[in-house]
Amino acid sequence: MEKTILHFFQLFASGIAVGCLYALIALGFVLIIKATDILNFAHGEIIMISALLCYFLITKFHFSFLSAAALTIVIAALLGVLTERVILRPMLGEPIFSVIMITIGLSIFLRSLAGITFGHDNYVFPSPFPKEPVHIGGITLSMTQIWVIICTALLVAVFFIFFKYSRMGLAMRGTANDQEAALLMGISTKRVFAMVWAISFVSAAIAGIFLANIMVVNIGLTFTAISAFPAIILGGLESIPGAIIGGLAIGVIENLVGGYLDPVIGGGVKDVTPFVVLFLILMFKPYGLFGKEEIERV
Amino acid sequence: MALRSKTFRESYYEDIKLFQTIWSRFWMAIFCVILATLPLWGNPYIVFLINLSCIAVVAALGLNLLVGYTGQISIAHAAFVAIGAYTTAILSSKVGLPFWFCLLASGVLSGAIGCALGFPCLRLKGLYLAMATMSFSVVVEHVLITWEKVTGGVRGIHVQKISIFGFPLDSDNKILYFLLILTALMILGIKNLVRTRVGRAFIAIRDRDIAAEVIGVNITVYKVMAFTISSFVAGISGAMYAYTMGYVHPEHFTVLLSIQYLAMIIVGGLGTILGSVFGAVFIVLVPEMIKALFRFLAFLIPVLKGKYSEEWNIATFGLLIILFLIFEAEGLNGIWRRIKNSFKNWPFTY
Repeated sequence: MEKTILHFFQLFASGIAVGCLYALIALGFVLIIKATDILNFAHGEIIMISALLCYFLITKFHFSFLSAAALTIVIAALLGVLTERVILRPMLGEPIFSVIMITIGLSIFLRSLAGITFGHDNYVFPSPFPKEPVHIGGITLSMTQIWVIICTALLVAVFFIFFKYSRMGLAMRGTANDQEAALLMGISTKRVFAMVWAISFVSAAIAGIFLANIMVVNIGLTFTAISAFPAIILGGLESIPGAIIGGLAIGVIENLVGGYLDPVIGGGVKDVTPFVVLFLILMFKPYGLFGKEEIERV
Repeated sequence: MALRSKTFRESYYEDIKLFQTIWSRFWMAIFCVILATLPLWGNPYIVFLINLSCIAVVAALGLNLLVGYTGQISIAHAAFVAIGAYTTAILSSKVGLPFWFCLLASGVLSGAIGCALGFPCLRLKGLYLAMATMSFSVVVEHVLITWEKVTGGVRGIHVQKISIFGFPLDSDNKILYFLLILTALMILGIKNLVRTRVGRAFIAIRDRDIAAEVIGVNITVYKVMAFTISSFVAGISGAMYAYTMGYVHPEHFTVLLSIQYLAMIIVGGLGTILGSVFGAVFIVLVPEMIKALFRFLAFLIPVLKGKYSEEWNIATFGLLIILFLIFEAEGLNGIWRRIKNSFKNWPFTY
């Protein structure tokens, strides 16, 4: 009995660590959706490119971990501004299908370019965190997992303070709430959009650097972003707390299902679970837990 | 639409006729003759490319019916093509059923699953629909890989060569006619569908679903119908794929293929039949163009020699989607129509 409970908590704790990463990725998605109503399908590519970039900065150009991470984050921010300016701005006022498709086009474009420049090999990231696992009351977590949890918590706090108290954060909330009213109040929505894309890409870069520590670094990292879709749907597309709760929930569910069902049904259930959950949420509660409900009777 | 001078229409029937003028019938006949005599003068590689184009055209038609005409975003089209291809592969190789049965079964099974997906997707729109169909696609891919007893898993299935009533189609040249006839039937079928009441209902739903409901279009029925027909056509395309390639593998039907189909209809032109044909042929030919470009560049810059890889094709698909959406939303069909009109009206501008 004791053992089964411990097993449960072990799965739960590692689920939280995975969930933190989902939350971080989901946060990047939600920021853009909230301000501009665009789901950025190219988010995963930014995560993958940041991870690879950071890896190559450390191994090929002999940067220290912190400076490589900082440089990666700066490049991601610039890429965000560039994407908004070149690709998304001409799409203002176009039908939703075009906007979705253009980010999908961007995603496969970036993915194959990354494949061409970085190659398809698997790399092992030189992790800066100590290897020894930590034992807390019978639960074993790796140092990386603990750092993921700490950093996500910190970032969420920073974002919260930024949105709540800074001038730019207020402008962003205003724009998200009502674009025209924000324009009338003298907010430069163009600058807000550029900032939103930059911040979103920065959160993607941070998620990418952490993922690089946990997983093998290769082109396949993009698919972690697709696994975060269930998280944003569960939380509701427009809600930042929703993204975090959704991310944690999906991480825990995935780990529990994987831990209990994999031995019974066979491997791979863990990877499909988020999508089954996604489908179920869309069927029964399409606007998620905290999303804006657009009631429409057709 | 600009009309040639002295072309008059006196009834609605003439307005929706398939071939508007005697000239369009004439050019169509010439085009058919060229395609039919292709094995006589074209080299085997061209025949192979035309075969690939036929498969892509049928799949793109199905997707355009759903996305271009009805306005429902689907990133699951490759999954339906996969269902069709695997149905044919299993029924023809493991059970040994004749081709016409496999073909129909592929379409019907794919259509039935499309219908089943259409019902839950009725409530969803835009982003949510895109994500729901994408997750369906991921699940289908997973099933294809893990359900080894039936699908052969990552080993794939070899498909028996198709034989029609005892007459084996064992070369690309012979299979060309089979594909051409099927493609022509599909084009005619869809073209007829979109000019009837059903097609107009689809367009009404795309343009404004609430208004469509108000004027008496039963949205539930027509949306599910669009999903069903679209996946039926995709299933047929899958069967064509299985017979032409002789081998099916889960790797062939990833989300990337769905995006490729979407690229076809965007590049060709959304909500047009001709656009689906243009786009499909264009996207099939893109890898060839890139290969040629690389051969040419390797002459000028020796460093590039041997640097060609499949990745460049995919990058180009992405770039094409972006460029067409930004600069030419009507696609190749729009360009074609403008060229045609400027010739028709020459020497006047309009």
